Amino acid sequence: MASSFSRILSSKRNVGILSLVGGSVAAGFLLHREHASAGEPLRRRYPASAEYPDLRKHNNCMASNLTPAIYSKLCDKVTPNGYTLDQAIQTGVDNPGHPFIKTVGMVAGDEESYEVFADLLDPVIKERHNGYDARTMKHPTDLDSGKIHSGQFDERYVLSSRVRTGRSIRGLSLPPACTRAERREVERVVVDALAGLKGDLTGRYYSLTQMTDKEQQQLIDDHFLFDKPVSPLLTCAGMARDWPDARGIWHNNEKTFLIWVNEEDHTRVISMEKGGNMKRVFERFCRGLKEVERLIQERGWEFMWNERLGYILTCPSNLGTGLRAGVHVKLPLLSKDPRFSKILENLRLQKRGTGGVDTAAVGGIFDISNLDRLGQSEVQLVQTVVDGVNYLIECEKKLERGQDIKVPPPIKQIK
Amino acid sequence: MPFGNTHNLVKLKFSSEQEFPDLSKHNNHMAKVLTPDLYERLRSKETPNGFTLDDVIQTGVDNPGHPFIMTVGAVAGDEETFEVFKELLDIVIQDRHGGYKPTDKHKTDLNADNLKGGDDLDPNYVLSSRVRTGRSIRGFCLPPHCSRGERRAVEKLSIEALDALTGDLKGKYYALKNMTEAEQQQLIDDHFLFDKPVSPLLLASGMARDWPDARGIWHNDNKTFLVWVNEEDHLRVISMQKGGNMKEVFTRFCTGLTKIESLFKERGRDFMWNDHLGYILTCPSNLGTGLRAGVHVKLPNMSKHAKFEEILKRLRLQKRGTGGVDTAAVGGVFDISNADRLGFSEVELVQMVVDGVKLLVEMEKKLEKGQPIDDLMPAQK
Repeated sequence: MASSFSRILSSKRNVGILSLVGGSVAAGFLLHREHASAGEPLRRRYPASAEYPDLRKHNNCMASNLTPAIYSKLCDKVTPNGYTLDQAIQTGVDNPGHPFIKTVGMVAGDEESYEVFADLLDPVIKERHNGYDARTMKHPTDLDSGKIHSGQFDERYVLSSRVRTGRSIRGLSLPPACTRAERREVERVVVDALAGLKGDLTGRYYSLTQMTDKEQQQLIDDHFLFDKPVSPLLTCAGMARDWPDARGIWHNNEKTFLIWVNEEDHTRVISMEKGGNMKRVFERFCRGLKEVERLIQERGWEFMWNERLGYILTCPSNLGTGLRAGVHVKLPLLSKDPRFSKILENLRLQKRGTGGVDTAAVGGIFDISNLDRLGQSEVQLVQTVVDGVNYLIECEKKLERGQDIKVPPPIKQIK
Repeated sequence: MPFGNTHNLVKLKFSSEQEFPDLSKHNNHMAKVLTPDLYERLRSKETPNGFTLDDVIQTGVDNPGHPFIMTVGAVAGDEETFEVFKELLDIVIQDRHGGYKPTDKHKTDLNADNLKGGDDLDPNYVLSSRVRTGRSIRGFCLPPHCSRGERRAVEKLSIEALDALTGDLKGKYYALKNMTEAEQQQLIDDHFLFDKPVSPLLLASGMARDWPDARGIWHNDNKTFLVWVNEEDHLRVISMQKGGNMKEVFTRFCTGLTKIESLFKERGRDFMWNDHLGYILTCPSNLGTGLRAGVHVKLPNMSKHAKFEEILKRLRLQKRGTGGVDTAAVGGVFDISNADRLGFSEVELVQMVVDGVKLLVEMEKKLEKGQPIDDLMPAQK
């Protein structure tokens, strides 16, 4: 029953309608669905003013953009899957944020959230993605890895290379809102498709509920295993419900292509290897993604995508490409130079510790990756990382030789 | 977490089997009771406020429990939850509350004069005495399901009522979000301040949403009567003092509660109560009286005695560490309180504590002198 429901949604006609914005037909269709599916109006005893959250101590994109007027306009709306504004913003209400680190403060419960709550999500997206205007701009998708040049790094500096993104299955709600049956359906669809991968992509699925101790230990040693989210940013959004039901990890036998199922997104797709061959990592990434897409399409499914927002994921920060291409690179001298942050900024790169987001660097080794996600294609972003990391390595070498380095001019961003 | 009204309808497009939670590794009351058949019968239901079966059980699905400690695994989102999901909750209640049947009636007795003794627990052993309960305001959703507007309305009504208390009950409200540093430190020093819940049992049910909005602490000037607003329940009411005069603590408790109830009534509000389940609270374990009467008591010898657990069981008492539930005892000092909540009146439960603690202290004194306690062994209450 579920698959026929989803197939109706994913038929080509509806795909076209869902992905259009601004067209009166599309808007009418969506509005009609909202009210027709809504049944009774949202239970509300109190006016919007009595329900408006107290955001005075908050520093996140949602809090910066949610005016009482916008709240009032959107608070009674419901997506066709029953997801509400209060749910979308709950994580941002519960997590005021940090004066220095601005989090997004909201999530999507389904593909339609980005339409139904556009009055809030569009300004949030604009703020988070450097002025990207979802109303007027188009996001380019380009998974042609052949276009990358100079993608082999000096392996005396670059220890490992990795590219990750996420993909959502159209027709099923996202982790904050999905029911157990939907989540299990995501798992079934994805695992079924992955079983069709061949050659160097041949691999196996390890369900979190059925993993043996031995398998678990191996996955930990390989640094593949993900655990139940502990970050309140995620748990407050409801993504950890029913853990570990329908969660799992798939990886190829060579351990260079890995997929997380039902963690923060329906799928997280990761290509990685030791050393500095970013070109090969990206080539495998693109090939793997295209293969998976072909395999799910064979079964009547597709990924959530539209031309204004690119690939649709749970967190608005991951829209567009959802891509983070990065390296673990040794920069002991450069990282101590006071110009380091400025150099990174101008190259549109960010640094993280070797444990990933919100960890510290160890032994002068940094995780360096692209800052941007939306408004530039996958090829453009990976090239940015390639060019940027090559520049950083050059700086490190210069400092080793006692030469001075230059802060590069800022790369042009989208306007 | 409160999903929109239509979320449950969308769910019904999937079969019951596809939605049924995996409870194979679970050890809580809900998991023991919820069969696929029962899930199928109840999944299409909703309370008038839109609270669904999955809302009731989410905390139990997310927290499989412990092999030794049996948690409840279900919460109520409003008063009607106990009616609409009767088929599940009646059995959960029966299991949790010693066989309490769906046809049983619960008696309420808040007349402290009916308590015999209780004013002479030896203060050399009994360091402090405390009685707590909870109250829910009829017409509002409970913490797992309430909206911000409802929670704020509960806070506003509570402050109005509490502000009208006089005499030794006169006091002040401290909203969590407006507290000054000095006030906060004082409340911590007084052991009054409650913090955002960290227990996954509570978080998974959605009670910590919007923290610290509309949460606060009220206490009287004497610091012997305390009310928590919008923590795990609408109101938690606590009477406490140093020493062993449980009678005084209970008398203040009853007087205060009765007065608060009448102040709410004056404003057109009742507490949630019925003659089968008594006072309605968020967790089914707190139904009936919602009452926990306890002491901090020194029992270094008693606690090492082989029959300690057995004696507590017969006296219908439970032990906790001095930090409250799920903490360890420090220096041989235990928190001893009634194990029951439902099916006994307030007076009956406090009587059990008073009589039981008196006996435990007697036994402790004997053990100190190296004397046996076999002749003091109580019968099963």
